[in-house]
Amino acid sequence: MSTRIFGSGIKRREDPRLITGEARYTDDIKLPGVLHMAVVRSPYAHANIVSIDSSAAEAMDGVVAVYTGEDLDLAGLPTAWLIPDSDLKTPEHPALAKGKVRYVGDGVAMVLADDRYRAQDAADAVVVEYEELPAVIDPEAAAQAGAPLIHDDVEGNIAFTWAPFDKEASDEAFAKADVVVSERILQQRLLPTAMEPRAAMAQFNAATQELTLWCTSQNPHIHRFIISAVTGLNENRVRVIAPEVGGGFGSKIPCYPDEALVSWAAMKLGVPVKWTETRSENYLITIHGRDHVQHVEMAASKDGKLLGVRATVYAGMGGYLSTAAPGIPTILHGLLYVGPYTIDSVYCKSIGVMTNGTPTDAYRGAGRPEATFLLERMVDNVAREIGMDPAELRRRNLIPAFEDGYDVAAGLTYDSGDYPAAFEKALDMAGYDDFRQAQADARSRGRYLGIGVTAYTEMCGLGPSQVAGAVGFQGGLWESATVRVTPTGKVQALIGASPHGQGSETTLAQIISEELGFPVEDIEVVHGDTTETPMGWGTYGSRTTPVTGAALAHASRKLKDKARVLAAHLMEANVDDIEYADGSFSVKGSPDQAQSIQDVALMAHLAWNMPEGMDPGFEESQFYDPPNFVYPFGTHIAIVEVDAETGEIELQRYIAVDDCGPQINPEIVAGQIHGGVVQGVAQALCEGVIYDDNGQLLTGTMQDYCMPKADMFPNFELGETVTPSPHHPIGVKGVGETGTIASTPTVYNAVLDALAPLGVDQIDMPLTSAKVWGAIQAARS
Amino acid sequence: MWPNKFEYTRAGSVDEALGAISDEGKFLAGGHSLLPVMKLRLDAPEQLVDIGGIDSLRGISANGELSIGATTTHAEIAASADVQAMCAGLASACGQVGDQAVRNFGTIGGNIAHADPASDPPTVLVACGATVHIQGAGGARSVGAEDFFVDLFETALDDGELITSVSLPNCSDCQCAYVKFPHPASRYAIVGVAVCLKMDGDTCASADVAVGGATVKAVKCAGAEAALAGSTLDDAALSAAAEAVKADIGDWLAGDIAYPEAYRQQMAGVFLKRAVAAATG
Ligand SMILES: Cc1cc2nc3c(=O)[nH]c(=O)nc-3n(C[C@H](O)[C@H](O)[C@H](O)COP(=O)(O)OP(=O)(O)OC[C@H]3O[C@@H](n4cnc5c(N)ncnc54)[C@H](O)[C@@H]3O)c2cc1C
Repeated sequence: MSTRIFGSGIKRREDPRLITGEARYTDDIKLPGVLHMAVVRSPYAHANIVSIDSSAAEAMDGVVAVYTGEDLDLAGLPTAWLIPDSDLKTPEHPALAKGKVRYVGDGVAMVLADDRYRAQDAADAVVVEYEELPAVIDPEAAAQAGAPLIHDDVEGNIAFTWAPFDKEASDEAFAKADVVVSERILQQRLLPTAMEPRAAMAQFNAATQELTLWCTSQNPHIHRFIISAVTGLNENRVRVIAPEVGGGFGSKIPCYPDEALVSWAAMKLGVPVKWTETRSENYLITIHGRDHVQHVEMAASKDGKLLGVRATVYAGMGGYLSTAAPGIPTILHGLLYVGPYTIDSVYCKSIGVMTNGTPTDAYRGAGRPEATFLLERMVDNVAREIGMDPAELRRRNLIPAFEDGYDVAAGLTYDSGDYPAAFEKALDMAGYDDFRQAQADARSRGRYLGIGVTAYTEMCGLGPSQVAGAVGFQGGLWESATVRVTPTGKVQALIGASPHGQGSETTLAQIISEELGFPVEDIEVVHGDTTETPMGWGTYGSRTTPVTGAALAHASRKLKDKARVLAAHLMEANVDDIEYADGSFSVKGSPDQAQSIQDVALMAHLAWNMPEGMDPGFEESQFYDPPNFVYPFGTHIAIVEVDAETGEIELQRYIAVDDCGPQINPEIVAGQIHGGVVQGVAQALCEGVIYDDNGQLLTGTMQDYCMPKADMFPNFELGETVTPSPHHPIGVKGVGETGTIASTPTVYNAVLDALAPLGVDQIDMPLTSAKVWGAIQAARS
Repeated sequence: MWPNKFEYTRAGSVDEALGAISDEGKFLAGGHSLLPVMKLRLDAPEQLVDIGGIDSLRGISANGELSIGATTTHAEIAASADVQAMCAGLASACGQVGDQAVRNFGTIGGNIAHADPASDPPTVLVACGATVHIQGAGGARSVGAEDFFVDLFETALDDGELITSVSLPNCSDCQCAYVKFPHPASRYAIVGVAVCLKMDGDTCASADVAVGGATVKAVKCAGAEAALAGSTLDDAALSAAAEAVKADIGDWLAGDIAYPEAYRQQMAGVFLKRAVAAATG
């Protein structure tokens, strides 16, 4: 091996099966005798169920059973992030509604039939009588007195109030400031829209009492845990398999009613039961992201020192509290309020509000985009208020470079960073000063160019388990992995995390290859099956590379230590005289005598000649609990032009300088940044859920809900700096969410910069041409 | 995603298709409007008569006027040298429908029978004075495009009637363009403007203008036509036409929550100017 595999942009090994259509998703798995489930879903956002008549449906050809919420003996779906000191209420979330429905799409009855079409016909034939109740969608409105009450046991619809910071200190900082700017920011609801909708199929073996559940999961071990809890089966009798999973973006973290329903029905009827979501269902029932109404303020001095940031956030939870929902607008949000800046005062009051929308939960970035947006928005507002260039204002307030730990006012200890380096690099790439000149020239010709600059850092690689416990996360946040080498020298790496499109099978193999010297083609990464893989908490929060990657690096190092000792023994040399290079052990001074890692693995399996005290076999496992989060960072810049005649926005350039530590595979890093940027820009420019006043989803298909399209984007200009994480065995940080976190404010601020001469200073996202045009007209009149 | 049950028949000729169609049946052409609504269970015809295999319904001929068979695809129309020469606006409109896959399946007959207000081809057909040729159990008839489009998803077609072709006058001496402001989600038209100008030197001798997307159906715009005709297409004439077109469509406005009627009406004026620029540029 002459070229180093770590750091090289080898092709994703996942791609051949994905792009040739050979990958096997849950829906591709066929079992004989399977019954298909169709769910009767509420057409109302808020209603009492008066009666359900399923007799016509039951009489239809091929229909085996129809069940309602009253028939189920399943525990409710748990909320698994119980924020302490927040007066948290966790209303019951039954798998099928009992007595009342709380959002459009809430399940009311399940139909089981021998064919999917017949199941749907029968679902349509179930007659449900509803008594419609007033609905409320806006989270701030839902928190006001007199709003329709959604759960009797959640008074005022307020599920929790989280305000961990010192209010008085914040008030003092604001009282002393020369300048205070404020804005009401809407973080609109977004639809995660994974390419593969959700699916679940369950099979129960009554003789062994074993339940197998195939499902679209980012965390099969958590699904096992929850399915065991809701069905009452012992956890060791539940096997959860996440076969190929076609994207998640957070939406496949939660355990939904549907997974519980197929499990229950398979147990009850003794035949396999399958359900695959339609895209329409996906938009109605799979979690939505964001949904904040934020009242934000920033304090600063006249000469451009940022002094404090504070916000009151109304976070829409939807009709029920999804699995991790309370953690998103709190822990993953408020703790990030100072970003990369030396801001000494922070305050956040986050109010989780039940509404008649679809439940919300983690969506790519999860809480951190909502924090980064408000921070960057306010920095631009301060710049405008004090008449300072927004890039200069950022420059003056960036935390200086640090290598090992920096405590910020929000209570976190950042691991490492050189924010000014990434910042200046991005400005250079953009030609910032030249742009300002070009912008002025363009304005004099009636053309509106704008630039937006975002400096960011974010917390990911979730996270130390002790912290998880302290903040109420009902699980650990470590990962475990086994590196198993076969006698013929081929590697199987078994991991508890569950990648679903990120390319981790490639990057994790590169880590093992780097550590142990096996060729990367000889390393397979096995994931997604609770029986085959060791325990792990899942793939989300940009944690698989940092956390699972560290477990694999440590396990590999243990194997290497063993190999070194065995190699010395086999070559009758002193361990201290063994040299290692490129998968081969040799004796110092006699390079002709060597043992390859494959030789050593074979001898460890044969165990014919082992050193005293060494066990046979060539396999090591490692549990890894990170000592801290990792904090990737960088600066993104967008240049846009607004067509004042139509309000259309053209994204002309996008520059992203990101620092995720050493890049294991730069192509995969670039892919993550591209995808993340696209999703984040889409929030700024086109994506957004719209409900009507009755809680009907008006953006129920892609005809109305605007997914980003390739022709909306220029070629991205990527740059990097490399600042290793000091606490991580290979120094890497996560990069799965940075693009989404940084890009929304970047493009938003660019558009508002373009519109500044027209007198426009605020538009709610998404910045559709109609809204931009409307704002220009309003400013002119 | 799970349509209701239906019978499927593949017709070999127009007569066979007309004989097969029942009261609860629908013709199936490219399926790119019908199948999506069936999958969403918004429509549930009990019978589909597939006309995609009827040779006589497909193809383009140019004998004095342009004649386009009902099952000719958008892609075929966009690529046709005859259409480009005789009605450049139609070639352009069909080339802007959806994406390549949609253009390869979707047909002109299906498009106009479906009469989605945000469709592209109808706007050009109305501007250019096309005629829709229809055959039913009782015989054949022809309807001018302006009369063919009645309202939102509503046409002059009677139940069981089949569109066989559309014809357009030869417009090779016109300057003709279709300009579209696509909806960012669906890429259908927020507004689409078709103009067809006959120029006499620098002067516009006559103008045909139609607007779609912003309206419940493609609307012929007499006010805008009058403002352009006789002018040199100077700024004053263009501004007058842009104002006039907003009035022309005033009774027919359509919109959605993201792009409301008032915005689309204003954009019709902007895109009228752009269409004139495209036609003459
Ligand atoms: C993703 C997507 C994007 C699209 N984007 C656009 C766009 O940007 N602009 C645009 O204009 N269109 C767009 N379309 C619609 C497309 O143009 C369709 O092809 C067209 O509307 C219908 O044609 P079809 O042949 O598929 O008709 P079908 O779906 O087969 O039929 C549609 C209707 O017409 C009837 N019908 C079909 N043929 C005849 C006939 N000869 N006589 C009588 N009745 C008939 C059918 O019974 C049915 O009611 C889009 C479609 C999709 C799926």
